[in-house]
Amino acid sequence: MTPRKKSMPDMQRPDITFAAAIREGLDQAMEKDHRVILIGEGVPDPKAIFDTTAGLRDRYGDRRVFDMPLAENGMTGICIGAALSGLRPVMVHQRVDFALLAMDQLINNAAKWHYMFDGKASVSLVVRMIVGRGWGQGPQHSQSLQAMFAQAPGIKVVMPTTAYDAKGMLISAIEDNNPVLFIEHRWLHQIKDSVPEEYYRVPLGQAKVLHEGDAVTVAAFSYMAVEALIAAKALKSVMGIGIDVLDMRSVRPLDVASVLKSVRKTGRLIVADTAFRTGSIAGELISQVAEQAFAALKNHPVRIASPDHPAPTSHFMAKHYYPSPQTIADAVLDMTGTCKDVAAYREMCALMLREGPHDTPNRGFTGPF
Amino acid sequence: MTMNQAYSLALLRSMLRIRRIEEALADRYAEQEMRCPMHLCIGQEAIAVGVCAALSAEDVVFSNHRAHGHYLAKGGNLNAMVAELYGRAAGCCGGRGGSMHLIDLDVGFLGSTPIVGGTVPLAVGSAWASALNQNGRITVVFFGDGCFEEGVVHESMNFAALHKLPVIFVCENNNFSVYTHVDERQPERPIYRLAEAHGMAAYTGDGNNVEEVLAISRNAVALARQGQGPQFMELHTYRWREHCGPNFDDHLNYRTVQEIEAGMNSCPITSYTRKLEQENRNSHLEIAQFEAEIQGEIAAAFEFALSSKEPDINDAQEKVYA
Repeated sequence: MTPRKKSMPDMQRPDITFAAAIREGLDQAMEKDHRVILIGEGVPDPKAIFDTTAGLRDRYGDRRVFDMPLAENGMTGICIGAALSGLRPVMVHQRVDFALLAMDQLINNAAKWHYMFDGKASVSLVVRMIVGRGWGQGPQHSQSLQAMFAQAPGIKVVMPTTAYDAKGMLISAIEDNNPVLFIEHRWLHQIKDSVPEEYYRVPLGQAKVLHEGDAVTVAAFSYMAVEALIAAKALKSVMGIGIDVLDMRSVRPLDVASVLKSVRKTGRLIVADTAFRTGSIAGELISQVAEQAFAALKNHPVRIASPDHPAPTSHFMAKHYYPSPQTIADAVLDMTGTCKDVAAYREMCALMLREGPHDTPNRGFTGPF
Repeated sequence: MTMNQAYSLALLRSMLRIRRIEEALADRYAEQEMRCPMHLCIGQEAIAVGVCAALSAEDVVFSNHRAHGHYLAKGGNLNAMVAELYGRAAGCCGGRGGSMHLIDLDVGFLGSTPIVGGTVPLAVGSAWASALNQNGRITVVFFGDGCFEEGVVHESMNFAALHKLPVIFVCENNNFSVYTHVDERQPERPIYRLAEAHGMAAYTGDGNNVEEVLAISRNAVALARQGQGPQFMELHTYRWREHCGPNFDDHLNYRTVQEIEAGMNSCPITSYTRKLEQENRNSHLEIAQFEAEIQGEIAAAFEFALSSKEPDINDAQEKVYA
């Protein structure tokens, strides 16, 4: 009897969402390694962190899946202590903003422990953090603080974009012996992708090419990679302009080499970030490219990021807050000196228009959260 | 409390050893070769010794910036500590840490750091792991009265009490955070009563009386090991020298002469020596022998440190990631 092939393309299961991929990654990591424990405010509650932890307490019990007192700094330290004692905790914050309370433990302890104790111990900790957007998330529920965390040597910061990468990178993060901050953009949670059922790893610290072209390099982080891909397809199909889109996937380590390779081909660089412009990782990436490949650049590089003011809550005020595929496409056209006063431009703009309200990820979303 | 003579002498010797080591460090600090902040625990030795005497080798300890006594009492390697203070490769952190970052995993000294409150949750996390793994191990964390003001300490106590974790919080109350008296920092209420309000057993005692510290600790360790949850002890003591550095700082006048004299009159070593003499449990001969042994050990540790090689400067960029 011939063994049945498991991964024949026509036998693939339907695509699953980013949130389901996270849940599956957690489930399989916990099944494989009894040292993995999961804790966070709301992890076992009925909403289950946007369904990313649903059913895990039933499967692994209340000695491996925990709800958490509202004590972000203390609980981060407690997870670090547990990691130093051989466990592999995964901690969850429903918003990145809450993790600011834990900066002391993240930066002074998690990031430094391996170094300051001469490599004698290490902190195998994963902290999931979710970036909010839209539906009035406002100043304290929508920050995208990856650059602030990534500034500390000793910490890894990753931002997967696709469901495939979410599962594979979460598994890699859990297996990693370092503290890994795993930042999920809330608007990615409902996007579907083909995700293998088996346990697999996607390496941390490597960008992925989503779209290829010669005109401009767009290096994009997290949800901005989704926006950049929309821009790339519209630019190509309507204007005939091809751009490289790199989904950076990781903030630290930062895959500068992949960006340099693309920039040496295109001579032009746009970095699209989900964060505030000033002090962003976009600025850091541009610095490194300028230092290492200045001669390859035909134009000055451009940052596309959130403006340097907090996100207002009112949907009227927030209407133009976030950069869009249009922002990216316009930057590409400006950089390449392409005329916009043509019918094709208007056609391209129409193609990139989002359906539905600007402050929800899709039409099906009716709030809150 | 009755205690056999050999055990009493071991307690005395352990305190004396910490005292003499730190005095030697203070004497040589002016040579400018130990180039790191150093917080001496002279006057506070009984707490480190009394608590660690109640632990087994498998139990683990976290500490703070004033860690020499805790490290030594838990059995930390003296040569590696002194080499660390001199920034040498053979130091317990290979020169990356200095006095404020000590570690000796072989004896369960899991680390000390100078961010006030920084290691308290780590100790709770260690105890959490012990509870989940059911390995019977106790975790102790030493901290000061100033640390008790940090929010993270209360967050840690809350979780420890919630999950009945085998952790022992040891608050060394020396009344001072640097130069600021506790009266300027906390209302008039006993620290240990607040810990009690978190839902854990709490004790207070004379931190300069090693047998009293040991008795409280043995009880706390036994209860924690039985699964009775976290234990808290507030032990009163006195820091003789400056907050940071080898000197006395009485000229700064931040504490009264009377207070300093009272603090030094309650020397844990002198008082215990006297007690043992009164009870005919020691002799001058034994103390002289301890002194000689300790001085020999100290001389050897300095020789080890000073003859151990400098760390490779290129190693400074290594070990950022595991």
